[in-house]
Amino acid sequence: METPNAAAARPTLRTAVRGRQQPDPSQLPAKLRIRNLNFYYGDFHALHNITLDIPERRVTAFIGPSGCGKSTLLRTLNRMYSLYPDQRAEGEIVLDDANVLDMRHDLPLLRAKIGMVFQKPTPFPMSIYDNIAFGVRLYERLSKRAMDERVESALTRAALWTEVKGKLQQSGNSLSGGQQQRLCIARCIAIKPEVLLLDEPCSALDPISTTRIEELITELKNDYTVVIVTHNMQQAARVSDYTAYMYLGELIEYGDTDSLFIKPQRKQTEDYITGRFG
Amino acid sequence: MSASAISPTNPVYRARKLQNRVLLLISFLALTFGLFWLVWILGTLFHEGGAALLRASLYYQMTPPPGNDGGLANAIAGSALLIFMGTFIGTPVGILAGTYLAEYGKGSWLAAATRFLNDVLLSAPSIVIGLFVYSVYVARVKHFSGWAGAFALSLIVIPVVVRTTDDMLKLVPNSLREAAVALGCPTWKMIVLVTYRAARTGILTGVLLAVARISGETAPLLFTALNNQFWSMDLGKPMSNLPTVIFQFAMSPYEDWHRLAWGGAALITLAVLALNIVARMLFHKKD
Amino acid sequence: MSAVLPIPETAAAADVTSARPPQPRAVAHAGWTDKAFEHLTRFFALLVFSLLTAILISLIVGSQATLDRYGLRFLWTTEWDPVKEDFGALVPIYGTLATSAIAMLIGVPVSFGIALFLTELTPAWLKRPLGTAIELLAAIPSIIYGMWGLFVFVPLFQTYLQPLLIDALSPIPLLGELFKGPPLGIGMMTAGLILSIMVIPFITAVMRDVFELVPPLLKESAYGLGATTWEVVWRVVLPYTKVGVIGGVMLGLGRALGETMAVTFVIGNAHQLAVSLNAPGNSIASALANEFTEAVGDIYFSALIELGLILFLITTIVLALSKLLLMSLARHEGTTT
Repeated sequence: METPNAAAARPTLRTAVRGRQQPDPSQLPAKLRIRNLNFYYGDFHALHNITLDIPERRVTAFIGPSGCGKSTLLRTLNRMYSLYPDQRAEGEIVLDDANVLDMRHDLPLLRAKIGMVFQKPTPFPMSIYDNIAFGVRLYERLSKRAMDERVESALTRAALWTEVKGKLQQSGNSLSGGQQQRLCIARCIAIKPEVLLLDEPCSALDPISTTRIEELITELKNDYTVVIVTHNMQQAARVSDYTAYMYLGELIEYGDTDSLFIKPQRKQTEDYITGRFG
Repeated sequence: MSASAISPTNPVYRARKLQNRVLLLISFLALTFGLFWLVWILGTLFHEGGAALLRASLYYQMTPPPGNDGGLANAIAGSALLIFMGTFIGTPVGILAGTYLAEYGKGSWLAAATRFLNDVLLSAPSIVIGLFVYSVYVARVKHFSGWAGAFALSLIVIPVVVRTTDDMLKLVPNSLREAAVALGCPTWKMIVLVTYRAARTGILTGVLLAVARISGETAPLLFTALNNQFWSMDLGKPMSNLPTVIFQFAMSPYEDWHRLAWGGAALITLAVLALNIVARMLFHKKD
Repeated sequence: MSAVLPIPETAAAADVTSARPPQPRAVAHAGWTDKAFEHLTRFFALLVFSLLTAILISLIVGSQATLDRYGLRFLWTTEWDPVKEDFGALVPIYGTLATSAIAMLIGVPVSFGIALFLTELTPAWLKRPLGTAIELLAAIPSIIYGMWGLFVFVPLFQTYLQPLLIDALSPIPLLGELFKGPPLGIGMMTAGLILSIMVIPFITAVMRDVFELVPPLLKESAYGLGATTWEVVWRVVLPYTKVGVIGGVMLGLGRALGETMAVTFVIGNAHQLAVSLNAPGNSIASALANEFTEAVGDIYFSALIELGLILFLITTIVLALSKLLLMSLARHEGTTT
């Protein structure tokens, strides 16, 4: 039985989801399989027994109120937490037959496979060209021409090429916020990863830049598996194929975006979506 | 408290107001007191030493025997060489140690203890540093040398550079580090190619301030590099340097030597102030 | 579970694009370069860590001869006879402490006044230039203070100020003893005054930094009640920052104790103990500066090095205490020094 609030929310979200019906996530090939994941900041138990499959070449969104653990979960996927000694994870995250959590030696390799874009744009203190080339140079030796092509291709895919092609030698910091974020995305895709993790990529940006990046995400999923964390439900509804709702470190509900937003199965999910809290 | 107490005629209030005025005036006087000495000292310095600074012979004649005229060429060159070597030795040590403190030191007892001891060393009497270098090096090889002087100066450079490197690296936001790591960058490359680059202005400022500091130091050179009457760029022998020459000349009874001492003092002060101002401008420009 | 990601040949990955990034060789090397770099930095940190202890040990070793001969007596004997090879440290120690005490007595209130002015009364456009001016005062090398002190300050002091001080203060019973004697110009009093000008910028800088840590909301609450500026500083800012202020004062003290050149020029280089501050004397640093290169004989050297050891111990303790105090204030604030 729909509550009045859910009924009120429905038209907006329905417009947003545009009626894409997706197959059940378990029926798609999974790029990342998360099984019984528990995460700790020191003694604090931040993630409780998370199990979910991230389908390949789709956009999956993690939503939930502040402190629910969505960013934490995202950062386990590329072992970013390993930089900090008092953070640890238990369980399994399987990427292409290997458990990400067990890896000790080839973390840089893992991270090259799984790219990450952060909340605040993080251009390196170097020219736009060098920003893109930085990641590529870590793993490949390219001639100048080949590198030029790679840089141009990455910037084009990130919808930034036309705006910066005349000033590639200028500092990355000279761009606007939205441009910087697209630079970071270009930087990631230049090394041809398989998965892209986006941690609230638009929260520091103005609405117009946000729209452009959302359009970009919809294109990127043709080539990459995309996981996006967002506190903006409308954004999740617009952009993602699958959505996971989290609360206090637990996965409450996971399913295709349409169904989750229009007819959530759990009351907690519905409460969040209809704005009862959070 | 009745409403009538809050009025300009309340005697308690008026006493407080007076107290405030008086004490603020005193603090203003304190400021003028401090600035007064600055102006007087700098004024005297350039008044007395200004004439000597403008004479070309200061820069190409050697330090003279008493009663003769001459210049400070060997002292200037010697100081420049000692400062350069001291910075050259001390800066890499300082930067690398500072890197350990900022990048690898979280939760490490070594990092916490080193930071603490480094700050103590920062303000330690420089004459004790000279004594230390004398005991472990000069006394062993039984002669004074430019190397000993450079070594002593590097021991003063190190704590300054460690401190600024540590502080500047800590200012680099973690998101920048994570962005590099997220691309698959190994830790050492991340530090060298991204973090150092982001902090380079601050680290450079620290080095400049260290150079400014050792440019004026006398005590550590007194019993390490000693002094040299003649022109010598040999670091293996005692090396002439401005501060020691100034000390010797100023404490003597000779007029000529006094004039040269003022000239040398003005020269050092100019160099130190210029370095400080450049360092500060550099630091504020990066914001 | 295998620790190494296999180079993917699965269908899922085959259609992404051509060039596979990773070359396992490059990354395997990165493994040990990472460790090597970390060890390199740790090595130098260890080097810096051991420096203080190394200095301490070398000073102890160097003063063996006089440590053996005199033991603790060294601290309170006044003999200083290079010919008879009989030494005692009391005169230099007294000089060091006396000049530093004068420097603190004058320097601390003045620094407080300047810091107050800089933080509360200076208009924003003036703050930076004034602050820079004070920092420039700190940057002036101490030998400049010494020269200026000897050539400019001493004659003026001797002619005008010192006789006034002597006439005014020596009649006071007890305290007056400190001010008796002929106006020589040089002496411990002069050295103390010049030292005070030197330490003012340091203490001011720390006080100012510490005053700016006070949350503006706290000051606004006081102002909001109708407190005057002075009252806000004296009753809110100072108590809030008192630990840091004491730390800053001790930092200044540490500097004053170790200062060499400013003191050496004007202290008079005399090895006699006199009660009056107008008398010439010696500080540890000035004794070392004046006599070390001329010293002959093991005992003489050892005595001088032991003086250095005493200075080192005093300053290290003072500076360590200062650092602890400043750290505890920073912890209280949630920032770090």
